[in-house]
Amino acid sequence: MDQGIIGSIFTVIVFVSFIGIVLWVFSSRNKKKYDEAANLVFDDEDNQEKTNKKDQES
Amino acid sequence: MSETSQVKPDYNYKVVRQFTIMTIVWGIVGMTVGVLIAAQLFAPALNFDLPWLTYSRLRPLHTNAVIFAFGGCALFATSYYIVQRTCQVRLFSDKLAAFTFWGWQAVILAAAISLPLGMTASKEYAELEWPIDILITLVWVAYIINFFGTLIIRKTSHIYVANWFLGAFMLTVAVLHIGNSMAIPVSFTKSYSIYAGAVDAMMQWWYGHNAVGFFLTAGFLGMMYYFVPKQAGRPVYSYRLSLVHFWALISLYIWAGPHHLHYTALPDWTQSLGMVMSIILFVPSWGGMINGIMTLSGAWHKLRTDPVLRFLIVSLSFYGMSTFEGPMMSIKTVNALSHYTDWTVGHVHSGALGWVAMVSIGSLYHLIPVLFNKSRMYSIKLINVHFWLTTIGVVLYIVAMWMSGVLQGLMWRAVNADGTLTYSFVESLEASKPFYVVRFIGGVFVVAGMLIMAYNAYRTIRAPKEELEGDVALGAAQ
Repeated sequence: MDQGIIGSIFTVIVFVSFIGIVLWVFSSRNKKKYDEAANLVFDDEDNQEKTNKKDQES
Repeated sequence: MSETSQVKPDYNYKVVRQFTIMTIVWGIVGMTVGVLIAAQLFAPALNFDLPWLTYSRLRPLHTNAVIFAFGGCALFATSYYIVQRTCQVRLFSDKLAAFTFWGWQAVILAAAISLPLGMTASKEYAELEWPIDILITLVWVAYIINFFGTLIIRKTSHIYVANWFLGAFMLTVAVLHIGNSMAIPVSFTKSYSIYAGAVDAMMQWWYGHNAVGFFLTAGFLGMMYYFVPKQAGRPVYSYRLSLVHFWALISLYIWAGPHHLHYTALPDWTQSLGMVMSIILFVPSWGGMINGIMTLSGAWHKLRTDPVLRFLIVSLSFYGMSTFEGPMMSIKTVNALSHYTDWTVGHVHSGALGWVAMVSIGSLYHLIPVLFNKSRMYSIKLINVHFWLTTIGVVLYIVAMWMSGVLQGLMWRAVNADGTLTYSFVESLEASKPFYVVRFIGGVFVVAGMLIMAYNAYRTIRAPKEELEGDVALGAAQ
């Protein structure tokens, strides 16, 4: 196999994987999971508020 | 600091605090050296005829200080913070965390001593000699173990996307650093690269461009995906887009290096491939930028009152601008005009100051009150002053460099009817002089902003807790 064929095969593999990633990410099956994941940044704020309140009481 | 100082007692905030403070310190040092060498370009006497203060030795000191000391400390601080908060667990190892902090500071000090002494491996952004390179590798491996160890022991089921970017940044930088720094030592302070000729150039710019792509982009995108939603108080615009953004960005960036070597001894097909990959890179870059900015969709009014958010969003605008400019400059015909001119310098700074520095500064202003258990920064007004100083400084800088760069490119390529060059090099240098003065003024603005930040941070940390009560967004109370 010469370099050109290897290059072509690689290009096709990368292209197909990209389409695969897009389908996987945007499939409606995963919607709920990703909506929850997006809120991960706020998830530990409850702990923080609780800790703050406890600190003020003590 | 009172007994109530820990917001969430089981997080390791100590290492985050240490890196946060050093980010500000190294930012001031690195940018001040930048301002000095900017002044040397129109007033050469400012090297005082001392070899240690010559442009050639201070320039690598400036780049290493701002990228690896300022940017590096900002990445260490925020990645240690983000990984703990989004995994809801304490860092994997406090000892490794302390090792990375002291090890990294030792690397920076070694750089600050060895570079002015003229010790250099003479590879751009990889000037440090082999003993320092080995120390960097050790610190970096400890960093990776600590970060991924924390991901492994996480309490959440999903790994938040910011950590994907941060993890990719760490792994890739390890591979790049080790690959490019392979050298044969001939003495304690001198080594020679094991690569030769065009291969050495290709290795260098594979490293060099991915230092931009993974150190200065992927790492800071990780920062962006945590602090923009956090400061805006709403989840990222599209979490799914952020995942596509991640895979597209990391799979494309690694191929873009050859655009630094257009019209050189590098094979033509490699140059063209690098150009094509660089142009495609525009798509994921803008996907990420739009995702960040649109997070504010429906809450644009927050920009009016919150200068921290303003820092973050304007940094994304600069990111969008420089990731449009970059692909354009990688086109061979454009590069024929722009390469080796000040245009490149302007492009780098619109990315490094506009994007990297501003997103770091915004994140730090969010972090400092949390880390030191205050409800807000000492002065919101001073954050606003800092914002405008930085914005005006960066705009002055990049506009001056655009004009100087295009002027240089046109003067260098101008030929007379008989084929001789119209202008000598020194004539183009003379033409650039006024722009060098403007660039210097822009730099002074940026450093002034950093000094204000240092003062603001100092007053915040030292303030008694009760003094800084009140709503961050209102920002009226001093």
